[in-house]
Amino acid sequence: MSLTGAAFAVAMGSSALAAAAGAALPRRARRITAGAGTLAAGGAAGVAGVAAMAGRSWGTWLPDVLPLAGVRLALDPLSGVFLAVTGAVAVCAAVYGVGYARPGKEAAGHGPGGLGVDGRVAQAMVPLFVAAMLLVPAAASVSTFLVAWELMALASLLLVAAEHRRRAAVAEAGLWYAVMTHLGLVVVLAGLAAFAAEAHGETFAAMRAASAGLSPAVRGAVFVATFAGFASKAGIVPLHVWLPRAHPEAPSHVSALMSAAMVNLGVYGIVRVGLDLLGGGPAWWWLLVLAAGAVSAVYGILQAAVAADIKRLLAYSTCENMGLVLIGVGACGFLRSSGAGALAALALTAALLHVVNHAGFKTLLFLAAGSVLHATGTRDLDALGGLRSPMPATTALFGVGALMASALPPGNGFVSEWLLLQSLIHALPSGGTLAAVTMPLAVAAVALSAGLAIATFVRAFGVGFLARPRTPAAGRAHESPPSMVTGMAVAAVCCVVLALVPGPVAGGLSRAVAVAVPGPKAVTGPAADAGTLHLAGLPSTMSPLLIVGALLAAVVALAAVLRGAALRRTERLARRRARPWDCGAGPMSARTEYTATSFAEPLQRVFDDVLAPETDVDVTPVAESAYLVDSVTYRARVGDRVEHRLYRPVLAAVAWAGRAARPLANGSVHRYVGYGFYAFTGVLVALAVLR
Amino acid sequence: MSVTVAGSVGAAAQVVLVGAGAPLLVGLMRQVRARLEGRAGAGVLQPWRDLRKLMRKQPITPDGTGPVFRVAPLLPAATALVIAAVIPIATTASPLDGAADLFAVTALLALGTVALALAGLDTGTAFGGMGASRETTVMALVEPTILVSVFALSVRVGSTNLGAIVTSTLHEPQRVISPVSLLAAIALAVVTIAETGRIPVDNPATHLELTMVHEAMVLEYSGPDLALVEWASAMRLTLLLGLVANLFAPWGVTGASMAMLPLAVAAYAAKVAVLGGVLAAGEVFMAKLRMFRVPELLAGSFVLALLAVAASFFLVGT
Repeated sequence: MSLTGAAFAVAMGSSALAAAAGAALPRRARRITAGAGTLAAGGAAGVAGVAAMAGRSWGTWLPDVLPLAGVRLALDPLSGVFLAVTGAVAVCAAVYGVGYARPGKEAAGHGPGGLGVDGRVAQAMVPLFVAAMLLVPAAASVSTFLVAWELMALASLLLVAAEHRRRAAVAEAGLWYAVMTHLGLVVVLAGLAAFAAEAHGETFAAMRAASAGLSPAVRGAVFVATFAGFASKAGIVPLHVWLPRAHPEAPSHVSALMSAAMVNLGVYGIVRVGLDLLGGGPAWWWLLVLAAGAVSAVYGILQAAVAADIKRLLAYSTCENMGLVLIGVGACGFLRSSGAGALAALALTAALLHVVNHAGFKTLLFLAAGSVLHATGTRDLDALGGLRSPMPATTALFGVGALMASALPPGNGFVSEWLLLQSLIHALPSGGTLAAVTMPLAVAAVALSAGLAIATFVRAFGVGFLARPRTPAAGRAHESPPSMVTGMAVAAVCCVVLALVPGPVAGGLSRAVAVAVPGPKAVTGPAADAGTLHLAGLPSTMSPLLIVGALLAAVVALAAVLRGAALRRTERLARRRARPWDCGAGPMSARTEYTATSFAEPLQRVFDDVLAPETDVDVTPVAESAYLVDSVTYRARVGDRVEHRLYRPVLAAVAWAGRAARPLANGSVHRYVGYGFYAFTGVLVALAVLR
Repeated sequence: MSVTVAGSVGAAAQVVLVGAGAPLLVGLMRQVRARLEGRAGAGVLQPWRDLRKLMRKQPITPDGTGPVFRVAPLLPAATALVIAAVIPIATTASPLDGAADLFAVTALLALGTVALALAGLDTGTAFGGMGASRETTVMALVEPTILVSVFALSVRVGSTNLGAIVTSTLHEPQRVISPVSLLAAIALAVVTIAETGRIPVDNPATHLELTMVHEAMVLEYSGPDLALVEWASAMRLTLLLGLVANLFAPWGVTGASMAMLPLAVAAYAAKVAVLGGVLAAGEVFMAKLRMFRVPELLAGSFVLALLAVAASFFLVGT
């Protein structure tokens, strides 16, 4: 057995052991044992993934595990990317989870400490969820893939619902998630089943071989069905509605696993089925993907920019980043269909690199948000602030994550967005008129989402962590236990490495890209100096390492000059403390601080038509006079417009149909037997007529 | 990318030129404005005198602020210096040219703004938060215009590296006279005004709380910190004006030639002085826009940038 296979087997074995330990051991031991098992599984999966990316492919067939078809597994470089990402996220989440699930001293109503997260079900489900996420990219036949896909959905569903006794919103989120993920499963199942039936074989190898001979209508139908299902898993607008509900309500390390690892598998599905199994397709498929990605990127970040709940903000940012990834995937397919293979490879490299980078910073951000929730018991940005002195490590780590996520230079998000922009810009000459219309709009969507991401994360970090505490709960915050800080720190180190030396990672993706875009060699080739990104065949270059070096040199030089100037006047060296400017009104209370809601107000006003915020002002006058105000209540809420306009009518129609059908089911068994009889006769008659 | 002596000297000269010249540009613009308004003006050297005065004062830290507030002023100044070393001001042979292209340059500018916005939020006052909120809103809306204009400019060159764009224009000057350049130039001019906080987007001279954007954000700074912030914002103005000048009229920019360097420096100073003078003269005749009218201006510039890309394809590609 090769290294890849051995490491994958170790990952599966240790997650099974961890799940058993989580289900069987007593409360105290279960947390640490399950965490250690998940850690081992994540580490082994990382090794297997990197080995597969390096070209050590592996495959096996276990005919006895599942009835009829057996389990068919194969790890190629493309699977390896997603395996390695999932493994790395699992490592961080496992370490963090040990501390996060510890029953808190203040378990009663403060902090998510004791309830739900350290229960048997939740502790057994985390390793099972990780194992399912590792199986999905490893599956090499339709049946194995769908079983793993559904296992992943069920495990995550139980984890989302883990805290349902504490908050009513959890049950609602779980319901949305259950319905959306199963509708997604239905379309993926339909698409893949039709594909397998037409290809006369359900292994991926057979389908890949047969796909060229299928009729365009079948190929198109298969692509659209699977795209819809996978896009809903990736949180692409308008199929994203479950995501901003389920990700915030799950325990934070599970949020990280879902937002940084699970959504990626939607992208994996699109790349695997669309680019690999179906072998690319006409331009309209990929323009559909690109348009969905662009809408998702802008809409997601716009919602994130005005979200008041820090975990909801991060969940919407996941919609945005998956949108950016799909812009890359769509551009790849489009360029491939117009014959520009090298550029298509660049676009897919950018997309996959963004998957990796997003996984890094989103893990970090969700874990840090969980640390804040753990310490203060609230996720509301308006109620936070002043966390930098009680929680210095969490603040610094969230700051790193925010920098990475806002696509600014010394961040890893910037590197992949730079690659994405390069692939879009250079598509113009080779793509024809269609590219001349779509590419500038795609660049604008990427740019707008990048700009709004900066505003979003300035707000999340500046309002959430800096300034003074806005509520007593924020003032009582305390630093999280070492295991949680370690989990975050591991993610932060990964992000920094990805940001400073992207060359080796981008180069390492070339084999994975070659799976989906065969032919010309991937564009990001020569990584002679690891810090600089050279694009083979294109003159643009960028070096994060040099930029950071130059910035650091400039900061040090300026600080030295300032210090030198101060030293010459030693009596003025000491900084004087003073009250901030309060217009002469005396020391200001925390209520006068700018809040997250007020920070987002200009953006909310500019994008009024898209966001449609609801405000509600209630003025209660005193009894004696209508002109003297006793109290004013002000409520503002920004709902999800897509959900409101698209889903509410459907839900209303379903509810109406349910009510209308109620007279049909009056409880009489005779009547039900009669229904069965008529239905059966009807089918027979139909068959007799049609045959 | 090869590191040449002339290129390194040129890059160093650029940094010195921008660092020393930026306050003079601000002084010149104030002087132009004063004369047009019938005042005598304080002279071109006044910003330097102000900086010297501020450097001698004791720094003050407002209560309740943390390390972010103290470190933040270094970042805009540092990013401006790095950009001064990267972009083709006097030479296209800067050893750092390959490190950052036009995308990276705009992102570096944004990094400086983000540092100040976080500092504004860190003060915990309404002024700081208000300024930070407005500044990041404008920045978010400017971003699409910048990147699409970059797209338009890079199409004919096939690269986003500034050295390549400027060199190509130097070799084929006739290509500048095209609708693409005109549209992109107007779009970038609007962006420059918005990014540097000039009228009609922001008024650098105001201290009225309803209209402040940048000034509100840095209200708590004093002494050497304020000097650093003011110097950085002068450098940003110089850099952006110079970038617009050199993207569309790169004459005078030298390659790796030491002898031409003084001429290139003089040409840059002249171009920036002319642009600054025009901007200051224009400001005399304009009022500041309401905050919520600014997006309309930016949307207009975005459409121009989009047209520039379309023009670059349909006029050059066919």
